[in-house]
Amino acid sequence: MSTAAPVLHGESPKAPPSYLQAGHTIKSWLLTGDHKRIAVLYLIAVSVFFFFGSLAASMIRVELVSPRGVMLESDTYNKVFTAHGIIMIFFFLIPAIPAVLGNFLLPIMIGARDLAFPRLNLLSWYLYMAGGLCGVLAIAFGGVDTGWTFYTPYSSMYSNTNVTLTIIGAFIAGFSSIATGINFIVTVHKMRAPGMTWFRLPLMVWSSYATSLIIVLGTPVVAITLLLVVMERVFHIGVFSPELGGDPVLFQHLFWFYSHPAVYIMILPAMGVINEVITCFTRKRIFGYHFIAFSSLAIAGLGFLVWGHHMFVSSQSMYQGMVFSLLSYLVAVPSAIKVFNWTATIYKGSVRFQTPFLYVLGFMGLFVVGGLTGLFLAAMSTDVHLTDTYFVVAHFHYVMVGGTIMGFLAGLHFWWPKFFGRMYPDSWGKLSALLIFAGFNLTFLPQFVLGYLGMPRRYHYYYFAPEFQFWHIASTAGASILAVGFLIPAVYLLWSLKYGEPAGPNPWGAKGLEWTIPSPPPTTNFLETPVVREEPYAYDAEAEEREDQSKEPIRA
Amino acid sequence: MNFPLMPDQASNFARPYDALFFVLTALTILFTVLVGALVLYFAVRYRKGNRVDRSGAVESHLGLEITWTAIPLLLGLVMFWWAAKLYVDTRQPPADAMEIFVIGKQWMWHAQHSNGVRENNELHVPVGVPVRLTMISQDVIHSFFVPQFRIKQDVLPGRYTQQWFVATKPGKFNLFCAEYCGTQHSEMGGYIYALPPQEFQKWLASGGDKKRPNQPTMADLGKALYDRLACANCHGSQDSERGPSLYGLYGSKRRMTDGSVVEATASYIREAIKNPYAKINEGYQNTMPEYRELTEEDLLNLIAYIRTLGTAKAPGPVLGNAGPAQIEGGIR
Amino acid sequence: MKTEALHAAYQTEEQPLHHQFEEVSQQNESYVVGMWVFLVTEIMFFGGMFLAYVLYRWRYPEAWYEAHTRLDIPLGTTNTVVLLTSSLTMALAVHFAQLRNKRMQLAMLGATIGLACVFLVIKAFEWSAKFHHGLVPGPGFLWDGSVPMPQAQLFYSLYFGMTGLHALHVIIGILVIGVLALLTFLDHPLVKNDFIPTELVGLYWHFVDIVWIFLFPLFYLIPK
Repeated sequence: MSTAAPVLHGESPKAPPSYLQAGHTIKSWLLTGDHKRIAVLYLIAVSVFFFFGSLAASMIRVELVSPRGVMLESDTYNKVFTAHGIIMIFFFLIPAIPAVLGNFLLPIMIGARDLAFPRLNLLSWYLYMAGGLCGVLAIAFGGVDTGWTFYTPYSSMYSNTNVTLTIIGAFIAGFSSIATGINFIVTVHKMRAPGMTWFRLPLMVWSSYATSLIIVLGTPVVAITLLLVVMERVFHIGVFSPELGGDPVLFQHLFWFYSHPAVYIMILPAMGVINEVITCFTRKRIFGYHFIAFSSLAIAGLGFLVWGHHMFVSSQSMYQGMVFSLLSYLVAVPSAIKVFNWTATIYKGSVRFQTPFLYVLGFMGLFVVGGLTGLFLAAMSTDVHLTDTYFVVAHFHYVMVGGTIMGFLAGLHFWWPKFFGRMYPDSWGKLSALLIFAGFNLTFLPQFVLGYLGMPRRYHYYYFAPEFQFWHIASTAGASILAVGFLIPAVYLLWSLKYGEPAGPNPWGAKGLEWTIPSPPPTTNFLETPVVREEPYAYDAEAEEREDQSKEPIRA
Repeated sequence: MNFPLMPDQASNFARPYDALFFVLTALTILFTVLVGALVLYFAVRYRKGNRVDRSGAVESHLGLEITWTAIPLLLGLVMFWWAAKLYVDTRQPPADAMEIFVIGKQWMWHAQHSNGVRENNELHVPVGVPVRLTMISQDVIHSFFVPQFRIKQDVLPGRYTQQWFVATKPGKFNLFCAEYCGTQHSEMGGYIYALPPQEFQKWLASGGDKKRPNQPTMADLGKALYDRLACANCHGSQDSERGPSLYGLYGSKRRMTDGSVVEATASYIREAIKNPYAKINEGYQNTMPEYRELTEEDLLNLIAYIRTLGTAKAPGPVLGNAGPAQIEGGIR
Repeated sequence: MKTEALHAAYQTEEQPLHHQFEEVSQQNESYVVGMWVFLVTEIMFFGGMFLAYVLYRWRYPEAWYEAHTRLDIPLGTTNTVVLLTSSLTMALAVHFAQLRNKRMQLAMLGATIGLACVFLVIKAFEWSAKFHHGLVPGPGFLWDGSVPMPQAQLFYSLYFGMTGLHALHVIIGILVIGVLALLTFLDHPLVKNDFIPTELVGLYWHFVDIVWIFLFPLFYLIPK
């Protein structure tokens, strides 16, 4: 593959069985301590949740085709959008990249045999499943209608749906991500292979590390906040209810103290994936390694100081709002730095338009729009009109779906051969990337217009303003394309498990420790501890091109 | 089917708002196109096998990094400043604004004009006159949103919030609840009717849509309540041992037992009635019962009456003379 | 740095090594770092309630003062002493674990459990007195003081919420120390020749102690 010699150890003749072969019983999966198996367990679980979250999304889009709804009662509609939000955020977006790709790759990328605490890792999967079960039960027993934000006093005193059970689910899932966060932090600090200095870490590791810091500092706060809501519902202790002397806006402060950084929990790992994929498919060293690494930490730090921009119309003081607005502008800068550095990475590369790279292009297009429209909402005056409208809905879907899901799919397509040792058909992959990109834009660009026109979010009917209908229909049409775009990878990826071409250790010619071991890797990852002797992303586009050209005759 | 692109500009805030909005939109398009074009150009030009010069690629460049850190930062600071300035305007109503009271509840808007005219899910306002809304919720959090005016303000239980605007053209505009509030959240809406000033006065004098003129004003209702609850026993025209007089209370600065100084705003008076021990005037005991059973409407009426007893700036009339004549325009 | 030197001093060849680690010192440090990160999450967990406390105490100072006078300062003080002493016995347990003195280690773990139980019993007395006087938030809250009922109830909501959460941590601590003592007694491979589990439990126990050091003055010692 590549001419440089990073081969820390090759495949030995009597190769040990891969992690997939090391035991075939259900017990060997459910009681595994192997980070790769736990990653696969997570992959299955998040895919199921993603499917149900998408189903709820489809119901929402169908319902909004007509100003008076199509098939649901308002009551049901509210439960459906709540289910969509809770499933997608707590059970898909937050765990998707860290718990699937991070779990699988983090130890391998730093040259470790496993995470520092394998049993804690398994526990985190069980906590996640237990939380998910509570959520599923809450829906099965009649649903919950508070929206994923659980604003008080509606959630604590007024809603008579299954708020308590849902919150317990989110609470337990929170401890699952805390367990993963602790595990990642310790692993990065203590498990690096000899020679793997901090500035030789792949940037995916940096962003996972920054994500873990946010998880560890933020998640406990939302956990206690949600617990207080439950205590208010069950025991009538009134921390948030004005009737009991409390302050409902305190809930919003505590909630967004976690939930704004949670946005970075979702997007930072995706940014990490982009670094790995973009370097491989341009055969270039990453541009501005240190700036990208530190911008992750800057996002993690500043991300904790901007929560108040969700509350410009909530009656918080004007001066408080100004501070939050200013800090929100500052947190935009590290994201911009990353985008510019990626652009510069492509310059003078040797670009291969394969599926993972198409997803990266999609990520960049959508994330730039998502990030820039965030500036409308960080600006105090423009936020007044746009907050709680479809503009916000469109903005965070551009960041979370356009960012996180595109990043997740880019990573999944990049490391799929490493996960399962087989290739998927590249042409179908490209088609799905194009469909998702087109469908996504058709779904969510109209929602920016809707939001500016004044369509509030979480509205079932809009017969007060039937002129919104055109844009809703456009959006629903886009969502259908998007649905097809998501179904195609599900089919060909499953197909590839059995029928795909064997991938070999390094199908992309990529750098990084994970590509030096067999696909799928053996249980202990490395037969002997690797020693790292070079910088990350030791690609050389110029040399590779020269070599390619010397092989083939010059075209006539 | 029509496909509108922007909401009507119908208040004093709309034009300055849209100017900022369009500049931000232009910047968004500019940067998206810039990044998109560069990425695509580089990706296609440097595609594998294309024979172009790839020599001299660097992996970091401090000057570039500083440039693309500084430019977004500076642009961001300008946008922040511009938006913050506009925001401050929306939060500072002029002193002579006409006041209307709004109560949000699951799932309707209730408005009271100071002369006693009430409306549900509709709000009539004059064109060209600053209007200030004092709003409160009876249950959960709602949000008062008029897209054509570019205004939105959450309406909270237990606390007054304010919003002001000047309608700039006559017409019928959307009123939405923008904070999710339960089952019929999407139907908690209605219309704002902006009328030319004379027409509005006529509408108000004729008793609103229900054509019930000469209703008791809010202050009248407040006075009736004040009499029924025998507030004067402790809060008469003079400070007594039991309680301070309410004459000249509104807007005055009061010193509390803990030494702090509090301005007697509507929120303060509301709290003093519902929850008298929260803050106690210096020199008095906490002997007042809590009037927790009063509705938000009662409280607004009482406050309207207390205002007619004079503000700190303009001494009020003596008790009993607070007829409609004084009230007209008096509830500022 | 100091702890690392200490660890190195007590580390032996016999200490078991889990498969994912290269060497014992790496394993020991990983567990200690992991525990500290976990304690950071615990601080943030309590932090949300401390924020609520600060906000409402600042908003309702009179109510806070008056409501706090119904708390039993002698009992609270006794509990503080009890818990501080248990931290000492816990520290000694870690000390003896490092010295491989199993008998003294078990004795100290037992003493810690005993003191923790004393703490809970005293707490139970205090709480039942509050139940008796109708000072438990909820529909049955009885308040005859001069400050308004909702504000006093808010004080007691936070009192029960925060001391309750702390008591839950004490109970978890008792269980964990109990399991540790049992495993030590049985010479279970998980803890045999390995003082790190005792050290981790010790760190947790000191955290529980420190939370109480903050709770005690915040609830029992409010100046006029």
